[in-house]
Amino acid sequence: MSEGQNTAESSLLCAKCNVEMKTGKVKASYLGSEFPIELVRCPVCGMVYVPEDLALGKMLQVEQALEDK
Amino acid sequence: MDHEKAREKEFQCIQEQPPECTAACPVHVDARGMIAAVAKNDFNAAFSIFNRTIPFPGIIGRICDHPCEHRCKRNEAGAAIRINALERASVEYGRGARKSLFLSRKDTKVAVIGSGLSGLTAAFDLSSKGYHVEIFEAGHLLGGRIREFDSQRLPEQVIDDDLFALEERTVVIHRNVAVTNGSGGGASCKELLSSFDAVYIGPGPHAVDHLNLDLDLTSDNRIRTAPVSFQTSMEKVFSGGSQRYHHQEYSPITSLLDGRLAAASIDRYLQKASLTARREQDGPLVTSLYTNTKGIESLQAVPMTIKAQGYSREEARSEARRCLNCQCLECVKVCEYLAHYGSYPKRYVREIYNNDSIIMGAHLANRMVNSCSLCGLCKEVCPTDLNMADVCLDARQSMVARGKMPPSVHDFAIRDMQFSMGPSFSLARHEPGCTSSSAVFYPGCQLSASLPRHVSRTYEHLRRVVKNGVGLMLGCCGAPARWAGQEDLFHRTLDAFMQEWQRLGGPRVITACSSCYRLFKDNLPGVPVESLWTVLDAAGLPPAVKGTGRRTMTIHDPCTARHENDIQRSIRRIADSLGVEIRELKDSYDMTPCCGYGGLMSFANPEVTDKVVKRRISESELDYLVYCAMCRDNFAKYGKRVQHILDLLFGSSSDTAAQKGPGWSQRRENRAMLKAGLLRELWGEETAMDGPGIKLIISPEIQAILERRMILEEDLQQVVRHAEKTGEKIKNLKTGRILARYRPVSVTYWVEYSIGDSGIVIHNAYSHRMEVFGEGQ
Repeated sequence: MSEGQNTAESSLLCAKCNVEMKTGKVKASYLGSEFPIELVRCPVCGMVYVPEDLALGKMLQVEQALEDK
Repeated sequence: MDHEKAREKEFQCIQEQPPECTAACPVHVDARGMIAAVAKNDFNAAFSIFNRTIPFPGIIGRICDHPCEHRCKRNEAGAAIRINALERASVEYGRGARKSLFLSRKDTKVAVIGSGLSGLTAAFDLSSKGYHVEIFEAGHLLGGRIREFDSQRLPEQVIDDDLFALEERTVVIHRNVAVTNGSGGGASCKELLSSFDAVYIGPGPHAVDHLNLDLDLTSDNRIRTAPVSFQTSMEKVFSGGSQRYHHQEYSPITSLLDGRLAAASIDRYLQKASLTARREQDGPLVTSLYTNTKGIESLQAVPMTIKAQGYSREEARSEARRCLNCQCLECVKVCEYLAHYGSYPKRYVREIYNNDSIIMGAHLANRMVNSCSLCGLCKEVCPTDLNMADVCLDARQSMVARGKMPPSVHDFAIRDMQFSMGPSFSLARHEPGCTSSSAVFYPGCQLSASLPRHVSRTYEHLRRVVKNGVGLMLGCCGAPARWAGQEDLFHRTLDAFMQEWQRLGGPRVITACSSCYRLFKDNLPGVPVESLWTVLDAAGLPPAVKGTGRRTMTIHDPCTARHENDIQRSIRRIADSLGVEIRELKDSYDMTPCCGYGGLMSFANPEVTDKVVKRRISESELDYLVYCAMCRDNFAKYGKRVQHILDLLFGSSSDTAAQKGPGWSQRRENRAMLKAGLLRELWGEETAMDGPGIKLIISPEIQAILERRMILEEDLQQVVRHAEKTGEKIKNLKTGRILARYRPVSVTYWVEYSIGDSGIVIHNAYSHRMEVFGEGQ
C-alpha cells in the first residue's frame, strides 16, 4: 500500500491532544491480513488519518483483492 | 455446485456445438471459420483452415459434392452460402504452408490398392502418421474417378499439385501395377498380404469378383466391410470408397471420408486399439446448435462473373459476408450481464465452478457471480432452458457457506433489509376496529420507501373493498438475503413473517411487490398470496381517480412477474381504465429484462447495472408505466420518465413521471414515517421517534456523493456525535475544517465538517473497511 498524503501533514492537528500529526508507521488489517503502512498519526494518542484518495484508491483495491482471496 | 452438476449445466449450453455446415461435412471442415477468413480478405488463413481438414484442397475445392450447402442456415434467409465455391477461392487466392507433419518414421508398412480419393486419402493420412505407405495403381495415372471430371472443372495441373503432397510424404507409388491373384502378372495379392502389415483396398464402384480376393463379398459382389471400422473379413484388410456406396452417386467427399476413417481404423489396428470405441463423431453429424434466423434480411448468392474461373477475390468476399456465422448466443443477445463478460454460459459455468472449487489464489469470478440479476431471462430464450440464475445463486450460497463471499458486496443491502425487519418499520396488525383479518396488505419494503403516501392510500382503499377486515403487515420478504446467498438469514426472515402471519390468523396475503409475491409463492406453500393488482382489477379502483385524458405509455413488466399472466393482464386492464393506451415494448411479459435491481446486481457491479438500465430505457421514447417500485426508481435515476401505476391511481397534479426516487437515507426515513403515520392515524398510537439529532447541512453535491458511496445521514450523525463527544477529531489548520471518523461495526466512516451557525456543514464523507491501528507505536 502506498503512503498517505504527506502534503497535509504539517497542517493537521490532533484536536484531542492538541499536537501536530506526523507521518509514522501504523498497522492496517483486513480479513485476517495485516500490513505496516506509513500514515499521518497523532504521536501522542495514535489516532490515524486516512485520507480520501487512499481510502477510495489503493486501500479499496487491497480490500477487494483480500475479499477475493 | 458439485462437479457433476457443473458438467450437466455446461453441456446444456449448445454454443460450442458445430454449425450445420461443419456437422453436415463428412470430415467436418470448419467452413464457418474459413468463410470468416475470406470475409476478412485473409485468403491465406482461409486456405490453411480448409487444408487443415482436407488433404487435397485443390481437388476438393473444385469437385466436392458439398452436403454442407444443403444444411446451411442461409437457406432460411435467401440461398445457401456457396461454400464449395469459397473453398475453391481459398485455394486459388490463398497459399501458405500446406499441412505437413514430420513424425518419426515407423517400420510398419501399409499397402493401398487403388488410387481413387479414398485410397489417396488413406495413403495421405497413414503417411502423415509415419507409416511406410505404398500405393498400387493399375493404370498410369493416380486419381481414379476424379480423372473423369472435365479438365476445365478439374485441370490436371490441380490434381498433380495436390498429389505432390504424397511424394513429400515419401509415399511409394507403383503405377501400372495391377493387384491380382498372382496368375496374370502384376502384384500378387497374397504377397502383399504377407509383406505388408495392413492393406487398404479402394477398387472403385465395380464388382470385384474377378479379383479373386479371398474376401467375403456382398450379394452384388462388392467387398463386405464392417460398419464404422471398414474392416473386411480379413483382419488386416480394410476397404471403402465407392466400392462401399456404389449404389449411390459418386461423392468425392464421401470417398475422402472412407479413406480417412479406414486409415484411422488401420492405425488403431496396428496399435492394437479398439476399432470401434469412441467413433460416434465420425462422418456427418446432427448438431444441436441453434441459430435464430428470424428477422435476418434475405440475400441471394453472389453471382460469378466468369463461371469457369470461380469467384473473383471480390466476389468471394461478398459471398462470404453473407455467412450468418452461425452462433446460438440467444441469452447473450438479450442480457447485458452475459454480454459484459465477453463469452457465453458454457464458459461461465466452468469459470464459476472453478471459482467455487479453488482453495488457494484469487477468486476471479466472484464479481461475475454477484453481478447476475437472477432474473431468468436467459432461460426464457435458451433453446435448452439453461438458467444462469440457478448457477449464480447456487455459487453465492456456496460462497456464503464457505465464508468466501466478499463481505462488502451485499453488506449495505442486507443492513437496509434488517432495518425493514426491525422496530422502525415492521408491523403486523388487524384492521383498526377488527379482531380478525380475511386478508392482510403487504406493501413490501421498497414501495414503502419509494411511495409511502401511495401505500397509505392503497391501504385505505383496500379497507373499503376487502370484506371482513384487511390487516397490514410491514416488513421485508427476505429477497435481499436470498439474492445475497444468505439462506440462513432468508429463512429466518420467512420464519419471522410466518409467525406474525399466523398471529393474524393466517389471512390471504395481498402483495404490492412482485418480488414478495414470487418469494412467498415459491417458499411458503401454505400461505395464500394474491397480487394487489389482481385484487384491484377485480374489486374496482378508488373512485376519486381523476381522469387526465387518454395518454400513451409503454409498460415494463418486472422480471419477478414474468410468468404471472394474471397480474400482467390486470395491470393492463387497470391502465386502460385509467385512460392509458399501452404500446408494448418488443420484450415484455415473459421476455421482460430486469430493471437493474434484481439479484442486488447494482451493489456488485454498477458498470453492468448501468448498461442494463440504459438499454431498457432506450427501447421507447414513451413514458414507462411500471408496477414495481425498484423499476420505477432505477429508471427515474437515469432520467427516464416513468410512473408507478399507483402514481396514476392516486395521481397528483404535479408531474410525477419526472421525479427521481428518494435517496438511501430518505428511503429509511420514509419507511419509519409511514409506520409512525399509520399508527397515529389508524390506531391512534404515537411512536417515540429518535430525537431530531444533530442538524446536518448537506448540499445537493454532497448528497450525490453520499448516495454514490452508500453513506447514510445516520452514519454522518454517528461520526459527528462520536467526535464531538469524545474529542477524537483532527483539525485541518489550513481549511479550519474538522476530520473525524467512527466505525460502528465493520465500516469506518470519515466525515469532513465544520460547525456553522445553523448546524453541522458536511463537506465530504467517505468510508473504508480496512482497520487502521496507530496506537502504541
